[in-house]
Amino acid sequence: MRYDIRLTIDYDYAAPSDHARNILRLLPSDGPRQRVVSRMLTISPLPDDRRDGVDFFGNATSSVGWHQPIKRARFQVQARAERLAEAELDLSPPLADLGAALAATGLGPTSPQHFRAPSPRIPGIEAITAFARAALPPAPTARQAVQAVGQALHGAMTFDATATDVATPPDQAFAARRGVCQDFAQIMIAGLRAIGLPAGYVSGFLRTNPPPGQPRLEGVDAMHAWVSAWCGPDQGWVEYDPTNAQWAGQDYITVAMGRDYGDVAPVRGAIRTAGGHDSRHSVDVLPIGDAP
Amino acid sequence: MTLSVAALDLPGILAGYTPLPGVADELFQSNGQMRPVWASFIQALAALPPEDLAARFARGEQYLRDAGVYFRLYSGGPVQDREWPLSHVPVLMSETDWATICDGLTQRADLLEQVMADLYGPATLVRDGHLPAELVAQNPQWLRPMVGVKPRSGHYLHHLAFEIGRSPDGSFLVLADRTQAPSGSGFALENRMATSRIFSDPFPRSHVRRLAGFFRTFRDTMEGLSGEGRRMAILTPGPNNDAYYEHTYIARYLGLTLLEGEDLIVENGQTMVRTVQGLEPVGLLWRRIDSDFADPLELNEVSQIGTPGLMGALRDGNLSLINALGAGVLEARAFMAFLPRLCRVLTGGPVKLPNIATWWCGQPAERAHVQQNAARMMIAGAMDTTLPFAAGSDPVGGAQNDLGLTLADWLARDGAMLVGQEAVTLSTTPVFSEGRMVPRPMTIRVFATRTETGWAFMPGGYARIGKAEAATALAMQAGGSVADVWVMADRPVPPETLVSRAAFERSPPGILPSRAADNLYWLGRYVERTEGAIRLLRAYHLRLAETGDPSDSLLQELALFLKKLGLGPDVPIPDTLNDLVSAARNAAAKVRDRFSPDGWHALNDLAKTARMLAEKVTAGDDAAMAMSVLLRKISAFSGLVHENMYHFAGWRFLSLGRAQERADGMLTMVQAFADPEASAGAYEIAIEVGDSVMTHQRRYRFGPSRETVMDLLVQDAQNPRSVLYQISQMRDLVAALPRSGPSGQLGALERALLTLDTDLRVAEAADLTAPRVTDLRNRLAQVFDLLSRQYFR
Repeated sequence: MRYDIRLTIDYDYAAPSDHARNILRLLPSDGPRQRVVSRMLTISPLPDDRRDGVDFFGNATSSVGWHQPIKRARFQVQARAERLAEAELDLSPPLADLGAALAATGLGPTSPQHFRAPSPRIPGIEAITAFARAALPPAPTARQAVQAVGQALHGAMTFDATATDVATPPDQAFAARRGVCQDFAQIMIAGLRAIGLPAGYVSGFLRTNPPPGQPRLEGVDAMHAWVSAWCGPDQGWVEYDPTNAQWAGQDYITVAMGRDYGDVAPVRGAIRTAGGHDSRHSVDVLPIGDAP
Repeated sequence: MTLSVAALDLPGILAGYTPLPGVADELFQSNGQMRPVWASFIQALAALPPEDLAARFARGEQYLRDAGVYFRLYSGGPVQDREWPLSHVPVLMSETDWATICDGLTQRADLLEQVMADLYGPATLVRDGHLPAELVAQNPQWLRPMVGVKPRSGHYLHHLAFEIGRSPDGSFLVLADRTQAPSGSGFALENRMATSRIFSDPFPRSHVRRLAGFFRTFRDTMEGLSGEGRRMAILTPGPNNDAYYEHTYIARYLGLTLLEGEDLIVENGQTMVRTVQGLEPVGLLWRRIDSDFADPLELNEVSQIGTPGLMGALRDGNLSLINALGAGVLEARAFMAFLPRLCRVLTGGPVKLPNIATWWCGQPAERAHVQQNAARMMIAGAMDTTLPFAAGSDPVGGAQNDLGLTLADWLARDGAMLVGQEAVTLSTTPVFSEGRMVPRPMTIRVFATRTETGWAFMPGGYARIGKAEAATALAMQAGGSVADVWVMADRPVPPETLVSRAAFERSPPGILPSRAADNLYWLGRYVERTEGAIRLLRAYHLRLAETGDPSDSLLQELALFLKKLGLGPDVPIPDTLNDLVSAARNAAAKVRDRFSPDGWHALNDLAKTARMLAEKVTAGDDAAMAMSVLLRKISAFSGLVHENMYHFAGWRFLSLGRAQERADGMLTMVQAFADPEASAGAYEIAIEVGDSVMTHQRRYRFGPSRETVMDLLVQDAQNPRSVLYQISQMRDLVAALPRSGPSGQLGALERALLTLDTDLRVAEAADLTAPRVTDLRNRLAQVFDLLSRQYFR
């Protein structure tokens, strides 16, 4: 499936920000499940300093800075990308055997080693560990375990855009059983890591309008987040969206993957300003396929 | 010359000095003979009468107090500064022992560099199975953004410290590697300064190897790494760090600028320091801030003390760091379990100096070994980077996990995150306690720096000494102390200092970071504001003592004015006064590298006296006298600053702050007391608080009036307390600042001051109505905005 993607993020600063500097992770990249036909990131006011690069995990980054104070900033993405179809096969070992398979993995960017331990925004949380254990069927494969935890979480949590914000830690969101895609993803990651499944945080886009006859998904109004989990050397990484309780298939375009939100934050910034800021997002992800 | 315990008529101070069985001792060998290196020192010591010895120890302590050496104690409560706990007797090392240590550590330093280069490069050690992947991937100090970033200097590690100890068989072993941002080299210098005052005799001091050469080498190396036309500086986490004193000390000693993260910005991949002269390029930072905090944009996002974009500057190859970011990865205790093997892999041979035996419990065999031998194991976190024998950590036997688990369950559950380390018994060294020598455990910190020809070592300077016989509390935080270490040469060593004996040469002009200028300006303001408050309170209490009647209308008016300033005189020394002193002290604490320790002592003395007086002073005469005491104390600071401080740009900002605060304080006061509606006697108060009683008597034929008050306190160019006097001072100060305006033209700041100056000079006293005074205050506030926009951003 091919998509045209448009994203606009606006920031308004209460007071002019001196020497503002941001790292942006907004552009999708080629990967095993997707091909990027074209992509462009436009920034205004035009930064005095911009360097595009790739971070440790292979995500596209733009590091931008302004030398003069700015009152607002706008980031616009235009991209065309294709999500590849994928067979739903379970090639993963029993969950109990996953540890042995890990021994042969190194320190490369996609190695599961980076995704095993608690990370800055996703510590080990006992309540989530217990929840994940309880969600498992007897003797699951790794892939079955991912689905089981994701489905159980979807059943236990209520989508609520007002209950949490970007800084809410997963234990709080889990205690309230409410949150948005970021909370769903971070809680699921905590659960998967606790049962021995390496898991990472994926940011990206979700098709805006569902195919005819299917319900509209949660998370289409802004950038979306879901989970990537490592299911052994044969299966590799699988992606699951706990917010919508489904495998992240053809309706999804990946932008970045990391250990938690901190690694993939779309706009990570350092501003020197007396006041706070407001921000607005808008996203359109439209299929282009055969019919224009 | 060998002296045995039996043969030597042991002096009184050594009476009862008995090394513990099975423990090595620095003074005595296991056969009971004194190590030769100590003999002449002990003889000299024994020849001193006890009172002389006490006087000498007092001299050393006096030195440390005068120099203001302190360390910071974290106790969960408020932050406290403690005096430097010097153990008076140095630890003596023979040159032979020292050479063995340095030889082993040279090999280790090179090994660490190789491991570091691999972890941030091809990662072959993990790929080939020599190092478990999780020890790297789960190490919080392995910084992924650094992978693939080659250091501009060609090396990751430039300045290292090693914590070493002597094991019972007499050999040395490494207890910890300090690769992140080793601290203590500045304290070593202070140890040496203080110990030299205690043992000032030419012999045996003449045989002690000097420390200065190490620092000269280090500074030369830094100059080489910095690059032509670029600044080099120390990057400190700031005054809240436990070693901040050391950062200021070493900055002064080496003549380096002390910077904090917010002093720096990165533009187009270049690191620049924000100074009052504008942006200046920086080529080298000696980093005392932990890597993770260096850049909130790419590293720890919660860091408030970093520089956004610093990683980018490193990636562009425009900045050298001592040491490279991410060097802390090597400090994890679990690495100790693998370094001996890595040494064989990388160098083909064994380590020359072993490290403390360590077992990583992520492997079944090692886990079982730790469990079976738990009784002589310290069990700690695999990623733990604290020094061994720090207070409270390292429970032997692993019984004290907080989880309520048995050792077996704990190891089974969290093994990959745990290590066992052999609970080694450290050697003891003589410590003077209650009139005699007693043996106490010690470790030595050895500092190394990379030079063009290899590693150079600081010959001694720093040992940690335990409080009790057992080696469980070597940390200063736990009551341990620190001693100098003397490496004894066979013949007298020539003196050397940091000062070169080359021909006369002026240093290039230093830089004043904008933040330091900002703090100096506010230091000037707060000290002046404090002084104004003290004068007002004194005036109130003097009058109270005279009238004895708190309902006196003028007193009421003064009280009302004081209340508006938050200085309500219901208590003789209001909390706000102490807050003002603290504000001055806080501003001063951030720029301690820029004025003398005497100035710092004066401020501390003021703070202490004010707090002490607040507890016992009563209203009236008593309080007035207390205020006079405080005025004298604050004058001590002002005197030191204004008589003795060199007139660098920093002094100008301090003076600008003082002048501006004084002008504003005076305007506030004449607003209140030169009001035509004010009570009888208000003019006298204005003149008294304005410290101009005598002058007024001389200058005017009649008693005070609104006109005489305005004339003398606002418009008199000769009165050092008048507003006009401050404005013309500020004009002179600003004229001498860098960037004061395009050549030949007035800048906005100069123009604003000139206009104020002219208006005050041409106005008639009668014209200075209340609205005019308000207008003057507003325009003075604008002067601050202009100053701050031009110099503090």
